Amino acid sequence: MSKSEKKKKESILLRLGNSQVWKSIIRSGVPRDRRGRMLSVLNSVFLHLHPVRMPKHAVKLKYTWCMGGLSFYIFLVLTITGILLMFYYRPTIEYAYTDMIDLREQVPLGIMREIHRWGAHLMVITVWLHMFRVFMTGSYKSPREFNWVVGVMLLTLTLLLSFTGYLLPWDQLAIWAITVGTNMARATPFLGHEGPGAALLSIGDINLVHAGSDVRFALLGGRFVGEAALLRFYVLHCIGLPFIIVIFMAVHFWRIRKDGGISTPL
Amino acid sequence: MDDQKHLEHEQNKPEDAERSTENPEEMKQSEENSTEMKIAEKKEIEPKKPEVPKKKLEKGPTKKRASIGKGSILVEPIKRRSFFSWLTLAWVAFTAATGTFFGMMLRFMFPNVLFEPKQTFKAGYPDDYTIGEVTTSLKEKYGVWIIRDTEHIYALSVVCTHLGCTPNWLQNERKFKCPCHGSGFRKSGINFEGPAPRPLERYKIVLADDGQILIDKTKKFAYEKGQWSDSESYLVV
Ligand code: HEM
Ligand code: FES
Repeated sequence: MSKSEKKKKESILLRLGNSQVWKSIIRSGVPRDRRGRMLSVLNSVFLHLHPVRMPKHAVKLKYTWCMGGLSFYIFLVLTITGILLMFYYRPTIEYAYTDMIDLREQVPLGIMREIHRWGAHLMVITVWLHMFRVFMTGSYKSPREFNWVVGVMLLTLTLLLSFTGYLLPWDQLAIWAITVGTNMARATPFLGHEGPGAALLSIGDINLVHAGSDVRFALLGGRFVGEAALLRFYVLHCIGLPFIIVIFMAVHFWRIRKDGGISTPL
Repeated sequence: MDDQKHLEHEQNKPEDAERSTENPEEMKQSEENSTEMKIAEKKEIEPKKPEVPKKKLEKGPTKKRASIGKGSILVEPIKRRSFFSWLTLAWVAFTAATGTFFGMMLRFMFPNVLFEPKQTFKAGYPDDYTIGEVTTSLKEKYGVWIIRDTEHIYALSVVCTHLGCTPNWLQNERKFKCPCHGSGFRKSGINFEGPAPRPLERYKIVLADDGQILIDKTKKFAYEKGQWSDSESYLVV
């Protein structure tokens, strides 16, 4: 490319960047200096999620492993593929399993279901690794101790999303895994009918906490894993838990910035 | 962060000026200085508010001066009407309503009607059951095995005492075997292999007035608690 051609191209880009359409969308013209660059970051809803400046070590893969960022990226992938799956999947005993098979075998790009399933496994792994990295770099220390607590909530929510999603294929593996998993809820102190303290909550001979009124019952909508459980898990998996995890993620990211950005290496 | 505020302020300046054109009276002022405009706006709103309390004050008792030591301070006498404010009441009501709604949300999760087989059901006549055999026909629907030995009939729970899967009756090996982690139970329900920590539970079994067997799953009998000797845990035939 000759010099004049280069100049011409630049001027086209400049004219585009300073055009009214561009400016009305991006809110600032082509940045010329540091101040302009800061402005364009601060004025964009997407760019402003990142700080205008950050220390060099914070972008080093060696320090963060980008595990938090990857967890968030996988979450986005799961959200999109999950919405796609909802177009075909019906959460009833009659259809759930066959719809899942249909998604795999007949629906164009059956890989969508595979991306969602493998992505779910992957996210659990990356979240654990992220927690491990935060622990190993000592980043849970003041002033980030609250963000650690938020992180623990995020981990729990990630596992719950994984757990509720596991029932949806409605195959033998799913049904018995959730049967075994929810049986643990029987032993919740005070809230599960086989847990410690459950016997204390009674009026005379009548137990207030029994198989038809404890947490497990609320989770399953019945005494065993059946139609009601499938529907409840579906609603929790597709709406309830994602809604809550997004709120916690917002707090998590906000606090990273407010706690002074990524911690400094020890 | 200070940088950010500063920059944003500069950005917003032209907008402020634009907004003020809605109010033609203050246009001149605000063009010179935007803070003056804000004061002017306040002045316009503020005089309206104090009018109401002023009237009330005239009716109520007048302020008294209380003296502490050398100085003196103004004391507002407590009026019956202002003992609680309507705002407080509104907040209390709002909090109560919200609290109630959380309670309602919780209750909503516990259905009144279940689309499940009944917990208490009739299971035919004692003669329908063969001595020495395990009857598996009720397993699918009601979750029980009915077993008749030489003297008794008892109803065994199909819930594995390990983690709650459903074992299968293996006729050739004459044992219950759980597919999840391999627990094995004898015909009596006693565990003998795998991780299950205790025998299967038995359900309440009695004879109804019409001579049929009546099984009540809400009442369970555990071997390890010595409850299998309870007369309701088996039927004498
Ligand atoms: C849904 C799961 C999670 C997502 C999407 C997420 C996302 C992120 C992201 C993007 C960062 C920026 C630094 C990095 O990428 O490593 C971060 C930092 C952090 N995360 Fe998470 N996180 C999650 C779960 C957790 C968990 C389970 C913990 C610990 C219990 C945790 C504690 C922290 C802390 C303390 C920081 C600040 C680290 C520092 O300043 O060096 N997060 N998180
Ligand atoms: S649930 Fe039966 S062996 Fe584990």
